[in-house]
Amino acid sequence: MKNLITLSIALILCSAFVKSDGNKIPSAELKKLDGSKINSSTFSNNGKPIIISFWATWCKPCKKELDAINEEYAELQKETGAKLIAISIDDARSSGKVVTDVKVKGWTYEVYIDENQDFKRAMNVNNVPHTFLVDGNGQIVWSHNSYAEGDEEKLFENVRKLAKGEILSH
Amino acid sequence: MSFKKIFGSLFVFSILNVSLHAQTTDLGNIHGNFQIDAANYQRDTIIGADPGSEVFRYNAFGNINYTKGGFSAGMRFESYNPPLIGYLAGYKGSGVPYRFARYQHKDIDITVGNFYEQFGSGITLRAYENRGLLYDNALDGMRVIFTPKNGITLKGLVGKQRTYFSLSPGVVRGLDGEVNIMELFDSVLGNYKTKVIIGGSFVSKYQVDQDPTFVLPENVGTSAGRISVLRGGFNFNAEYAYKINDPSLQNKLSYKPGQAIIASTSYGTNGFSVMLAGKMLDNMSFRSDRDATNTIAMINYQPDLSKFHTYSLMAYYPYGTQANGEVGGSAEIQYKVKKGTLLGGKYGMDITLNGSVFYALDTIGILPIKDTLRQYKYSTNYGNVGDEFYHDLNIEITKKLSKKLKFTLMYANQFLNQSVVQFNTLDKDEHPDIKTHIGVLDVTYKYKSNSAIRFETQGFFGAYDYKDAKYESNGELNKKNNTGSWISGLIEWTPNTHWSITIADQYNYNNPIVAKRVHYYFGMIGYTNGPTRISVSYGRQRQGIFCAGGVCRFVPSSSGLSINISSSF
Repeated sequence: MKNLITLSIALILCSAFVKSDGNKIPSAELKKLDGSKINSSTFSNNGKPIIISFWATWCKPCKKELDAINEEYAELQKETGAKLIAISIDDARSSGKVVTDVKVKGWTYEVYIDENQDFKRAMNVNNVPHTFLVDGNGQIVWSHNSYAEGDEEKLFENVRKLAKGEILSH
Repeated sequence: MSFKKIFGSLFVFSILNVSLHAQTTDLGNIHGNFQIDAANYQRDTIIGADPGSEVFRYNAFGNINYTKGGFSAGMRFESYNPPLIGYLAGYKGSGVPYRFARYQHKDIDITVGNFYEQFGSGITLRAYENRGLLYDNALDGMRVIFTPKNGITLKGLVGKQRTYFSLSPGVVRGLDGEVNIMELFDSVLGNYKTKVIIGGSFVSKYQVDQDPTFVLPENVGTSAGRISVLRGGFNFNAEYAYKINDPSLQNKLSYKPGQAIIASTSYGTNGFSVMLAGKMLDNMSFRSDRDATNTIAMINYQPDLSKFHTYSLMAYYPYGTQANGEVGGSAEIQYKVKKGTLLGGKYGMDITLNGSVFYALDTIGILPIKDTLRQYKYSTNYGNVGDEFYHDLNIEITKKLSKKLKFTLMYANQFLNQSVVQFNTLDKDEHPDIKTHIGVLDVTYKYKSNSAIRFETQGFFGAYDYKDAKYESNGELNKKNNTGSWISGLIEWTPNTHWSITIADQYNYNNPIVAKRVHYYFGMIGYTNGPTRISVSYGRQRQGIFCAGGVCRFVPSSSGLSINISSSF
């Protein structure tokens, strides 16, 4: 028990000092919907912000969040030039459903499958949904775990700030 | 202050220093995550919850990773003293069971230490983790991934699998190759819209034979071939695998070779999709320890095609792949009713129809003829199927009525042959077949831009098939494993983006045993800020079946106070 307390205090201290701010997107192999491969370290958007959202076909809050973003996505893209990359963590049981879900929902996001969960591990994602914001220099500057109704408003606000070159705080 | 403490603080300081510098100079990055789930249990005799004398239990882990360019290294500390109720007791203890170093540069990717990997659909190899389920079959050894040319991926690995805080006795060796034909012949086929990917894998394990009676194979190999064809919204995938004789505790020492076919096809377009999937698995359980049970030392993954339900009563009797063999499939149709139509209204409506059914293989037991030490035990008639194991037919409708109000309505009809599927027995007296109707209504009311309240109600109406049930001495039917029907209600309030408050109750209103008609109440307060989430909950957890990685296990009732903390940095 004592070890556990020490560990948690040490980790909380670490997290307080070393936020994810400033980390570049780590390298991991992902699968595109057409079966070809892409490395996450090549993600770029011509100096504009990128939203990276981890989801799964069986995760209700994830789909709610992506649907909510989708309603304003075209407008947000036009205004800020931002794009969203949706990373499915579905394993072999359900990865076949990713493409059908995306098509039915009419999502226009870039969607990749992280079947071996290498990218999830590299990004330190515990649970989905988990959403990250990457600035124009490819630095991860903000992240948020879980989804509650209206969370997308905060995300849009942050994307707009980033597009204007402002610095974000949690 | 002792020397140890000074040294400890210096160490922490130096780590912090490196990471703080990391933001300005190129010393690399330190990042990680952690999660602590702890519970203080109490005795609650009415629901049969008895934590014993170890009332405080927890599952905790922390990952620390270092990355610089193509180099990364990391480790995970884990601690369970003892693990929470419902998790494998063998995990009791603390340690660093996961550490690795990896280097990726252009066409080469080398990992030493622990790693996770999957070949194809996973039928020959899947080293996998799911921390929430405490399922971890990481390999400990080395892996090389080589991409000699665009469109070709070759993987080679060797290692031993994690078993609790040590390693399983068998050594696993694997090779996998995948060719994306359109990418390989890019100059000729690059503009071709149809994509074809072929792959093959070979995995073998070595475990010494010390059995005094049987001649057990020490090297067991599995090989598989696969193909994917993709064009626009159309998708086809198939894999066939063959395993040589592999007698184990799981297959009751059968020397029959294993075979598997898994295939799926889907088509999706804006507003409509259809998916069909089928599988036949015969004696394909593959472990790096022939005496292992549960989720321990599983080398491969026998995919489960049943729907992954998230509503609790829909998942009351879940299905898990039968490790020794089964045949079945699933189908799903999704349709989005357009906006502006009679049914669609102002915002449209989503309809999902899903069904799956699984049967036993049609097998005939055979007696040993010549070689009494190498027994096949059974032969399979592939033209037919045996008893039904499970089915699930369900429909889900989601509709937004206004900017503020939306709902989900769901119905399922399920059947479970629980004596065979969950208890590995033919005794239907003790474990009768279960037929159920389950309904869910889930309504979300968003009363402000970031405030919402969600109501959920579920009904579970069970019909138990007692055609084989025996009468007890007092003249009544044996209904020990019948919990009757349930109803449940839940209210979740999210006043703002940081806080959430949930209260819920499941009521076993017509349990055949009157004393067991009890309420399973539950309350939770959650706080989220960026990547950090903290929640505190109190209540009762009913006993149930928990399925992961094709294995289902029984989770006893529990009652008490829980705290969950997770964060990443």
